[in-house]
Amino acid sequence: MALEREKHLAERSLLTLTETELQDMYRMMVLIRRFEDKVAEMYMRGKITGFCHLYAGEEAVAVGAIRALYDKDYVVSTYREHGHCLAKGASPKRVMAELFGKATGVSRGRGGSMHLFDAELRFMGGYAIVGGGLPLAAGLGLSIQYKEEPEIVCCFFGDGAIPQGAFHETLNLASLWKLPVVFICENNFYGMGTLTQRAICQQELYRFAQPYNIPGVRVDGMDVLEVYAATVEAAAHAREGHGPYLIEAVTYRFRGHSMSDPAEYRSKREERIWQERDPIKRFRRRLIERRISAATLDQIDREVDAEIEEAVRFADESPDPDVSEVTKYVYVDA
Amino acid sequence: MEVTYVKAINMALFEEMRRDENVFVMGEDVAELGGAFKVTEGLLEEFGPDRVIDTPIAESLIVGAGVGAAVMGLRPVVEMQFADFISCAFDQIVNMAATFRYRHGGQVSCPLVIRAPAGAGVHGALFHSQNPEAWFTRVPGLKVVAPATAYDAKGLLKSAIRDDDPVIYFEHKRLYRSIKEDIPEGDFLVPIGIAETKREGRDLSVITYGGCLHYALDAARIVEKEDGLSVEVLDLRTLLPLDREAILATAKKTGKVVIAHEDRLTGGIGGEVAAIIAEHAFDYLDGPIVRVGMADTHNPFSPPLEEFVLPNTDKIVAAIRRLAAY
Repeated sequence: MALEREKHLAERSLLTLTETELQDMYRMMVLIRRFEDKVAEMYMRGKITGFCHLYAGEEAVAVGAIRALYDKDYVVSTYREHGHCLAKGASPKRVMAELFGKATGVSRGRGGSMHLFDAELRFMGGYAIVGGGLPLAAGLGLSIQYKEEPEIVCCFFGDGAIPQGAFHETLNLASLWKLPVVFICENNFYGMGTLTQRAICQQELYRFAQPYNIPGVRVDGMDVLEVYAATVEAAAHAREGHGPYLIEAVTYRFRGHSMSDPAEYRSKREERIWQERDPIKRFRRRLIERRISAATLDQIDREVDAEIEEAVRFADESPDPDVSEVTKYVYVDA
Repeated sequence: MEVTYVKAINMALFEEMRRDENVFVMGEDVAELGGAFKVTEGLLEEFGPDRVIDTPIAESLIVGAGVGAAVMGLRPVVEMQFADFISCAFDQIVNMAATFRYRHGGQVSCPLVIRAPAGAGVHGALFHSQNPEAWFTRVPGLKVVAPATAYDAKGLLKSAIRDDDPVIYFEHKRLYRSIKEDIPEGDFLVPIGIAETKREGRDLSVITYGGCLHYALDAARIVEKEDGLSVEVLDLRTLLPLDREAILATAKKTGKVVIAHEDRLTGGIGGEVAAIIAEHAFDYLDGPIVRVGMADTHNPFSPPLEEFVLPNTDKIVAAIRRLAAY
């Protein structure tokens, strides 16, 4: 699937990243997985309502890509964005509280699952319109260029956004103006319940880079190091003024499109094959090969579990937003 | 200083761009060509291509990129070449720009201005004549303005650019070069959300905005001369938020209200104005609220057809006489 070169770069990353960095990446992947598992549990218990899209299975993409950025770089995401928001550094407590609709949530309970946002962390939002964040990413890039700042924008979107006009309008402009944006397409093969073969004329999505005259690569989105290595290259390209870059990360969501989707359009066999490629288990094996002890990793797992429990407790005990403030934030002076 | 409506808009852009280097202009043919209507003429020469930016023809992207730049602290003024094309950017306006601040609990604001040349009477046919303001006046988070005079055009655009929320600025293209007036030199603002009585009167009120203001003023002069009626004309100027106080004040003062706009009658903002009056000034009314608007059809090309469907001075005069006689 991925080219040999990408595999080679991933191997090299395993050697260049420090042990602490590797452990941090592992910790973040586990955090996202356990967070999402807990969200599913809270959803079933009625603590979380509405439309909720889980990121389990795709952790390597958010963690690999965001680890390759600087803290001050910007991230634009989708409605399946819990993972990106956490990987950008958001507090699990405040993200969980947002999912609970509480006043202490990252968006003060106004946005919910699909509209996480943290201006301080430069996490510039989840977008519940497929492809809706892409023009915005171009605008962030334009602003960086306008102010001659050193940052870049990393814009995530799904395979479902590729047929949207916004994708094509944005890639054309980003290439034309050499905007510092790294576009990362999380190809999980299904736009809700529709297989990409039934929605997109080209199955190798990274090839959509070519008509826009920008580099495009396909990476194994179940391999955090491969995503990391490709994003390091793409980010350097964008930061040095060469313009945008398209990365297709081939991945798989372990759950349905949303909490109300049992994903009956996928075969059990297909799901099993992808479960065997679980990005966390794979990364754990590689870390152990690199002589990080299983005990150390187990300890991380336990710490994450405690952190998630604390997040749930915080969300549960937080107050609802006050109805007297329901129109607050509609306008600046409201 | 005597200026046209189009010149007043152009001056506002020059002055705001000189005042604040975060203000920039972006749109189709706004730079090299100076805009389809020459509204942005001369900006490129003074401010250069980094601040006066020609874009591809892609309205959704123009607005979306404007939103992105605005939330980063810049003050983009983006142009829809014709207001009719704004439908291509609908999602980015109503879902992205309008909700940005609310959606994230007030963390960032979106100081974006969308300029849109609107209006009929120039034989533009279906896609170059529309008045799409009512698509947006029910969207919280947006502000919508529609100046009818050179003074208001300049003052409202300057206010829109300095406003921290997204503002849609509908400019009437029939007015660009057909009206001319004396305006003061230099910097002045017209506040958003405040209507203005353009003519005082006792017997009857015409509430209007945009292209219809001039028909209403002509109609008021005609009925004063021919019927001895004293007609007040209220120019809304801002359509979201509406100046309810001014609307109710004139309705209570005269007790008879004609509402005139060039937008279609059904679903036009006149319905909302009528509802406000009916709900809060019912006891003061001496007759039914009368609306004059475009017929509920498309904008035809044929000049006789176009004239037939659009409001004009005669139609407002007829409405005034009908209501006065009630």
